[in-house]
Amino acid sequence: MTQGVTAMSREIYDLHMLIFWVCVIIGVVVFGAMFWSLINFRKSQGAVPDTTMVHNTKVEIVWTAVPVIILIAMAVPAARTLVAIEDTTKTELTIKVTGFQWGWNYEYLDKGVTFFSRLDRKSDTARELGSGIDPNTVDHYLLSVDNPVVVPVGTKIRLLITGADVIHSWWVPAFAVKKDGIPGFVNEAWFKVDADKPGLYRGQCAELCGRDHGFMPIVVDARTKEDYEAWLSAKAAQQKSAAAPAGTEATPTASAAPVPAPALADAR
Amino acid sequence: MAEHSVAAGHDDHDHKPHGWRRWVYATNHKDIGTMYLVFAGLMFFIGGSMAMVIRAELFKPGMQFVDPQLFNSMTTMHALLMIFGAVMPAWTGLANWMIPMQVGAPDMALPRLNNFSFWILPFAFTLLLSTLFVPGGSPAGGWTMYPPLVLQNGASFPMLIFAIHMMGASSILGAINVVVTILNMRAPGMSLLRMPLFVWTWLITAYLLIAVMPVLAGAVTMLLTDHFFGTTFFTAAGGGDPVMFQHIFWFFGHPEVYILILPAFGIVSEIIPTFSRKPLFGYEAMVYATASIAFLSFIVWAHHMFVVGMPLAAQLFFMLSTMLIAIPTGVKVFNWTATMWKGSISFEPPMLFALAFLFLFTIGGFSGLMLAIVPADYQYQDTYFVVAHFHYVLVPGAIFAIMAGVYYWLPKWVGNMYDMTLAKWHFWLSTIFVNVLFFPQHFLGLAGMPRRIPDYAVQFTDWNMVSSIGGFGFGLSQLLFPYLIWKCVTAGTPVKVNRPWEGAHGLEWELPSPAPYHSWSTPPSDEVIAKGAFH
Repeated sequence: MTQGVTAMSREIYDLHMLIFWVCVIIGVVVFGAMFWSLINFRKSQGAVPDTTMVHNTKVEIVWTAVPVIILIAMAVPAARTLVAIEDTTKTELTIKVTGFQWGWNYEYLDKGVTFFSRLDRKSDTARELGSGIDPNTVDHYLLSVDNPVVVPVGTKIRLLITGADVIHSWWVPAFAVKKDGIPGFVNEAWFKVDADKPGLYRGQCAELCGRDHGFMPIVVDARTKEDYEAWLSAKAAQQKSAAAPAGTEATPTASAAPVPAPALADAR
Repeated sequence: MAEHSVAAGHDDHDHKPHGWRRWVYATNHKDIGTMYLVFAGLMFFIGGSMAMVIRAELFKPGMQFVDPQLFNSMTTMHALLMIFGAVMPAWTGLANWMIPMQVGAPDMALPRLNNFSFWILPFAFTLLLSTLFVPGGSPAGGWTMYPPLVLQNGASFPMLIFAIHMMGASSILGAINVVVTILNMRAPGMSLLRMPLFVWTWLITAYLLIAVMPVLAGAVTMLLTDHFFGTTFFTAAGGGDPVMFQHIFWFFGHPEVYILILPAFGIVSEIIPTFSRKPLFGYEAMVYATASIAFLSFIVWAHHMFVVGMPLAAQLFFMLSTMLIAIPTGVKVFNWTATMWKGSISFEPPMLFALAFLFLFTIGGFSGLMLAIVPADYQYQDTYFVVAHFHYVLVPGAIFAIMAGVYYWLPKWVGNMYDMTLAKWHFWLSTIFVNVLFFPQHFLGLAGMPRRIPDYAVQFTDWNMVSSIGGFGFGLSQLLFPYLIWKCVTAGTPVKVNRPWEGAHGLEWELPSPAPYHSWSTPPSDEVIAKGAFH
């Protein structure tokens, strides 16, 4: 599992490693006892069964109580992390993410910027049945898009995730964010990329959503705050000028959203 | 003991119908059991060949063989066939064969219902498999049938729903028969706490089936009315909620996974004592642990849906309740280990499969515990880590236990011993390849490969190749199993004794081999029952 580039993803990674090692230690003890029995109590080695050994209350209490203690020790840090994950207050930027068959729409709320993001052309050609193109020759095969979603580093960003047609799931492993986009409902999630870790972070749709479920990647372009601001104003200006001559019916933010916007019910 | 076998042996002179009538009109529990097992085997190979299509497409990146839609159909149909067509009927088949023999009853309580519950299945699966040839292809929305996606299926959609209804009806009837048989047909003296663990686990499984199959039927019926009759149970535009389907489905689905595994616990609890030549350790604890698992299975369902956006309190509740399951499951694993401790262990094929179950199911248990931890589950959910987890508990879990059961009781069923060497080959090939197949899938999931995708980014290539090689090896080595059974039936060495395994306990071993067509028409004596019981 990746350690990721957010404080939360590292916390989840640590939790994962903690439970992994707990399982390994229990496994060594339990499998050790099994192998010990299989080696030392073989009939071929003349082992004689102790048929009176059918029950032992003391031992049974111990091997019920010890797991309880271990489980509590695992549950406490897990619950603490979960509470932190669910805290979506004090966010500085909100992006609405709409999954559709098969791609993503991003809308920067109150910024006048919205665009679609799909599998890039090269991967899309190479992935056709019998395309004859070696996927190894395609840059970031199936994990690159035409329009990455650009975000500032060091900023707590809130995502409002929904689906336009069927259920999708927005997942970027480096942020440890995975949340379903459900038609008619809005889910919340957040992440804050480390200030010193600008870069491209890739993910995929994680909920089966039809024929091209495997072909709707996510690319997040995390930039410094200055670069992000520059990108945002350029993008907003470009979208404004593109929208203006298109007619009066187009509103600035909805002009590029032919996907029917789902009714906004309360966040679950 | 000897006089009982003779008494039972007289029954073999009973008339039985011959030719096709024996099977179509079957009311004998052994014949119906055989039909269930043969049917399960057939579905196992059809479902398995679909898995081969999946592993072939995933052997390397890029699309080589199938369209993504067909790929999705393969994953969907593979799951439906394996769960409802292979594992569940195999358990019902074993229940039919063994429960009357183990509780000292002459037959199942409701023989004609038994016939009906089996004969629904070929129709259900013919209908399901015929969707491969209808416009739009087979169901491709996953066996979990989540709306709105499932509603996009074409002509196959109503066929899927009707097939599920038939499978559900068959399971409920089979379960009712098991409950009635166990509660009413036990020989005098066979008290509940003298029953073999396989009978106990099946009794609890049968209650789970009766409780949850109607829930599944309700859920899919709501899908049907949403699609055809304008209801909006699962459509937000009409005030419904797609996630409500997931809650209802998993309220069925989680007990369902215990339906698939509890009888396996029963079989392993029969086999390990036999080949350790020692009574089961903690018999009563095993019964109570099984009951606790069954109870807990009703309050953990939403751990399948941690990323749908549930409130914090609900996530915490389902995390903690799920973690609780580790306790009774741990008790079982410890009891099996303690049964082997200070035993006198030998390694015949049933024991080998039971041991593989013990080790590999425990690995599946560990990954299950990891998946319960909600924050970590955000990274695991819908990745190959989950695929690895449930295949570890279902293939070397449920399916190895079924094979262990067949290897254990086959000599009793047909009166012939099978080829031990070949069975050991089957065991070693299966066990090695099943790990080559599924262990790398843990790595793929942790590296970030989502499940249910027909093609993947190139960094996932190596472990997918390894996994596919394991898949082909596992698939091919399963061909040994029907060959071995066929060879045993037609040309095996006669067993001659009642008890081919010297350490075996239980009433079925008091009967001659092969077991007579009608067994226990005179109930066994209290003394015989007491001798076979662990408690």
